[in-house]
Amino acid sequence: MAELSVEARERHWAKTRNLTIVVLVLWVVFAIIIPAMAGSLNSIAFLGFPLGYYMCVQGSLIAFVAMIWIQNWRQDQIDDEFGIEE
Amino acid sequence: MANTSSGRASFLDNLGKVYAVYTLGFLVFFALMALFEKLGGSAQAIGIGFLLFTIAIYAIIGWLSRTAQVDAYYVAGREVPALYNGMATAADWMSGASFVALAGGVYFGGYPYLGFIVGWTGGYVLVNSLMAPYLRKFGCYTVPDFIGTRFGGNTARLMAVIVLVVASFTYVTAQINATGTIAAQTLGVPFEFGVWLGLLGIFICSMLGGMRGVTWTQVAQYIVLIIAYLVPIIWMSNKQGFGIIPHFSYGEAIQRIAELEAQYGLEPALEAIKGVSVLVTPQNAPEGKAWAMVSLAICMMAGTASLPHILMRYFTTPSVRSARRSVGWSLLFIFFLYFSAPALATLSKLQLLDPNLATSVIGKAFADVSNLEWVKHWSSVGMLAVADQNGDGIVQLNEFFMRPDIVVLATPEIAGLPYVISGLVAAGGLAAAMSTADGLLLAIANALSHDLYYKMIDPKADTRRRLTVARVLLLFIGAAGAFIASLKLTGILGAVAWAFDFACSGLFFPLVLGIWWKRANAAGAIAGMAGGFLAGTWYLYMVYNGLMDPWWGIDHIRFGIIGMPVSLIAMVVVSLLTPAPDAETQAMVDEVRIPGGKTILAATH
Repeated sequence: MAELSVEARERHWAKTRNLTIVVLVLWVVFAIIIPAMAGSLNSIAFLGFPLGYYMCVQGSLIAFVAMIWIQNWRQDQIDDEFGIEE
Repeated sequence: MANTSSGRASFLDNLGKVYAVYTLGFLVFFALMALFEKLGGSAQAIGIGFLLFTIAIYAIIGWLSRTAQVDAYYVAGREVPALYNGMATAADWMSGASFVALAGGVYFGGYPYLGFIVGWTGGYVLVNSLMAPYLRKFGCYTVPDFIGTRFGGNTARLMAVIVLVVASFTYVTAQINATGTIAAQTLGVPFEFGVWLGLLGIFICSMLGGMRGVTWTQVAQYIVLIIAYLVPIIWMSNKQGFGIIPHFSYGEAIQRIAELEAQYGLEPALEAIKGVSVLVTPQNAPEGKAWAMVSLAICMMAGTASLPHILMRYFTTPSVRSARRSVGWSLLFIFFLYFSAPALATLSKLQLLDPNLATSVIGKAFADVSNLEWVKHWSSVGMLAVADQNGDGIVQLNEFFMRPDIVVLATPEIAGLPYVISGLVAAGGLAAAMSTADGLLLAIANALSHDLYYKMIDPKADTRRRLTVARVLLLFIGAAGAFIASLKLTGILGAVAWAFDFACSGLFFPLVLGIWWKRANAAGAIAGMAGGFLAGTWYLYMVYNGLMDPWWGIDHIRFGIIGMPVSLIAMVVVSLLTPAPDAETQAMVDEVRIPGGKTILAATH
């Protein structure tokens, strides 16, 4: 792998960090805020489930799987953009 | 997988084929057992058949993976492809507790218990975004190896070893306990004997091949445990008319249970019976319980991201990119079980409660219910009780007692499935408990042999000596775990959640800040580990022994909520009060952030 310039390193890290922040914000929403609000979400029906219950047993879990795969896909793009290969 | 390099290369090239044949072989074995049952084979013979068959396979894999190389022993030679590392992590992760107790917890615990479901999956988002790729880039063998190198000095390394040992040991005794319980019940031997038998199986997988042996057996164990979890649910669902795949269609069952709960009333039992409980928590009533749920989820998530036996699985992949990808696979494989557990709990509950279903018991005549085959079977071992306490001759909801742990094990019988399913479930539970115990024992023994012995006591030790020490330690720790498990201190062993609280109190912030904050230094890390760990342990001691009322409803399974902020504040404050780390360390942190290039630590160290 070619050595990255200091400036390229900083841009790569800034992009990586921003991506991580976005993921962590989504994580707070799906792992903490939505489960905490299950009571009020339960009045809405989704696929026959009360929505609050659905999110705790399935919805948030699906969101976690999707978040990891999408983050990794995006991170690979960032790494490729800077020519970082292993 | 033999010792020659060409043999290894062809094994790695043919992984798909090898495990496909294995899976097929397992299914054929299952079919043969079903046939054996039809021909009149006894239940016990089927159970023994399942246990011996699966353990024999694990033993063969363990033997073929034997190694005399340090990097193969500690990190499986860093050649495990992402998909297979995902399966191995899923088996490493899903313990006897997940397999056996999770559905029962949802059944009896209601909404606050869902904190485990969200927590034990959401934690992987933290593993992926904050930890795994960076630790893989670092190239360490163990988690204390990272702490020791990043912060420098033996004190930080030793603190990390202590937290790791306490957290993992709390966890491993529960796993050995579960292994022993299943072995004892299926083979019909005393529990104490079952524990040592279970330990023998665990050693066969891990002693000879270290991480390499554990990796390839864990893949095999994942396949067994997921088949064993899903087959009964889908079979039962079809038999009872809940749909082909019940996961997406049990919403109406939730509504129906709420109606039935209101109709029967969730009253405590007139007279409690020791060891078993009646249903008192509604399935779906989150009002006023948000903090109980979320505080539990936070502890479990941060604990997931700091438990060393999980993090070290990501040291075994060939590259940083594949480490990330394998976190994705891990969570997908874990998801299959975790989104099934609530479905299983709901359907089990409905089949007991709903008078429209043939299997229901609530509201039926007491004499009929106590004559059911499965009621007699589970009552005889003290895990179930039906008592007509108000004397009306009818089984009321608060007269049906059950041990939460048996929901998964008893459901096939309640639904009237053949015994071969129960044998399959026993093999799955054993696979889940064994695979987690393997990973935990190896994490402890490796930290002691690599970090304590090699890095701190005898840095000149040669390869042979290092691996001998590692194996001897493994033996001793396993024996200590089995000894404690055989004492049956169930009150303490049950608290798997404690392992997560210990790990997140002591290790979460030192690991995260070690990667994400260049200014963090050794003094700060030591303060963070010691402060969080001691504060959490103190709180656990006070609350668990009733010396103090819990603050804001934080009970003993949530003490990470106390430990983590103490750890964070101590680490930040002490780091800022002491000099910044030297330029070399800061450059190291910069290097960790770039996925390509060489690892920080040499490939063999």
